[in-house]
Amino acid sequence: MKLFKNILESVKPHFMEGGKLEKMHPAYDAFETFLFVPDHTTKAGSHIRDAIDLKRTMITVVLALMPALFFGMWNVGQLHFTAIGEEFTLMSAFIFGALKMLPLIIVSYAVGLGVEFAFAISRGHSVNEGYLVTGMLIPMIMPIDVPLWMLAVSVIFAVIIGKEVFGGTGMNIMNPALTARAFLFFAYPSFMSGDKVWINTADGVTVDGFSGATPLADLASSGDSGYSMMEMFIGMIPGSVGETSALAILIGAVILLVTGIASWRTMLSVFAGGYVMGLLFNLWGANPFMEIDPLAHLLLGGFAFGAVFMATDPVTASQTNRGKIIVGFLIGILAVLIRVFNPAYPEGMMMAILFMNVFAPLVDHYVIGANIKRRLKRVN
Amino acid sequence: MSKDSLFSKKNMKLLSDPLNDNNPITVQVLGICSALAITVQLKPAIVMAISVMVVLSVANVLISLLRNLIPSRIRIIVQLVVIAALVILVDQVLKAFVYDVSKELSVFVGLIITNCIIMGRLEAFALGNTPGKAFLDGLGNSFGYGIILIIVAFFRELLGSGTLFGFPVLESLGVYELGYENNGMMILPPMALITLGVVIWIQRIKNSKLVESK
Repeated sequence: MKLFKNILESVKPHFMEGGKLEKMHPAYDAFETFLFVPDHTTKAGSHIRDAIDLKRTMITVVLALMPALFFGMWNVGQLHFTAIGEEFTLMSAFIFGALKMLPLIIVSYAVGLGVEFAFAISRGHSVNEGYLVTGMLIPMIMPIDVPLWMLAVSVIFAVIIGKEVFGGTGMNIMNPALTARAFLFFAYPSFMSGDKVWINTADGVTVDGFSGATPLADLASSGDSGYSMMEMFIGMIPGSVGETSALAILIGAVILLVTGIASWRTMLSVFAGGYVMGLLFNLWGANPFMEIDPLAHLLLGGFAFGAVFMATDPVTASQTNRGKIIVGFLIGILAVLIRVFNPAYPEGMMMAILFMNVFAPLVDHYVIGANIKRRLKRVN
Repeated sequence: MSKDSLFSKKNMKLLSDPLNDNNPITVQVLGICSALAITVQLKPAIVMAISVMVVLSVANVLISLLRNLIPSRIRIIVQLVVIAALVILVDQVLKAFVYDVSKELSVFVGLIITNCIIMGRLEAFALGNTPGKAFLDGLGNSFGYGIILIIVAFFRELLGSGTLFGFPVLESLGVYELGYENNGMMILPPMALITLGVVIWIQRIKNSKLVESK
């Protein structure tokens, strides 16, 4: 650490006002504050000193993502070796998955932070930490075999169109990670859906009876996922890297809730919305997909991952407590609705969250309006 | 009253202003609908731009000639009759000579009638200016419209289908062997809006006159 400090101190003059690289100051600032607690203090106005700043919030979320990430890595290896019919151990499966996953994570961070730094320098504001989480989320909601350049394109699109045009971190109206996924989904559908992309099979040699379809796709076509409830809960199913294991996501959810970073209202209401909609479909029961256990809806696909890590995004979610419950509930309902009714989109979570992101400010507007009305009544 | 020639500096501004400072699409934000609908490929975009150019400049001249005869109460309906007659003419010509493009443009040729740029120029300019000036104004505005159409269509066709004017540019460059894929989203209407937004963004970076003071 002392070494870093010395290096930073020695190059500091170049980046200060009047220095050769003055324009690059935001980049320097980002590195300095990333490595060390900055020594500058606020100069005007009242301020609250709290240990939990943006950086710590983001790091906590990244930590909460780790169980799902590690499980996802193992799952990638496990599915790969099962598909090609080879023996594997816990370690070999994990290492295979990790080696597959690492390039995605590196590309996501390198490209995303590159764009963020470029914007920070050209606009002269400091680099925000928002991308720390987004950069980890993006590879986790991709199929494992997504080409790296596509990932890079979608990251550029998400950071620029999803975030920077609105003014950067904290100003975006839609979740940047989901924007990246939605972009890929519509731009390169053959790489983002179907039954070829979810399991890495190297050169396509597979054992007999192998199906690479996700349980959701199977459900939509035949009404039978082919997996037991326990397998879905543990997560040994094909899908995007981070989304398969409800168990690992649950651990992440506990971390987020105990530290108070994510809103329990959003999480709970998303699950409640999905469950209620699943029950309603059970009553209707027009086709086998409608008759599945509502719990399966919560375990399958990106539902749990979206509910815990995406819907709770503090920037794009509703800002009022009542709004959080309404928006969350609608996300759950819409996700299941899209799954069952629209065969073109086997997974509805992405659409549901993006859609409700757009409506969150409207919900807030009416929640606040209702509150004002209620309190005015007391006066008169 | 001094009579300046048709190509005086002031009149040339009528031609050049709509290209940048007062672009009908990116600055006045008119005619967006057609700009989104027919920019999937370059060829229909160019045909559309030419059609609008013909309709707008001729209508401008006609309304300018009639400007002292039209009672102001019914001017909108008169303008509409003129535009509609011209659009039907253009539509017939397209059907006769470039039938395939005409089919691709389908209803959007007819919808030139509702293009706000045309009505706007008639109201704002042709009704108060001489035919010569009105002609230049019509040409300028349709150039401004056309240039944005062509820019958007260029990127949408190149990235969305990998072609330009139907010629497989990217395939002949051999980028598909490197693993490149066409971007299916560029063909969808949302991407036209986003491309247009990026064009406006770049234009405002280059042209400080367009940026509102805070």
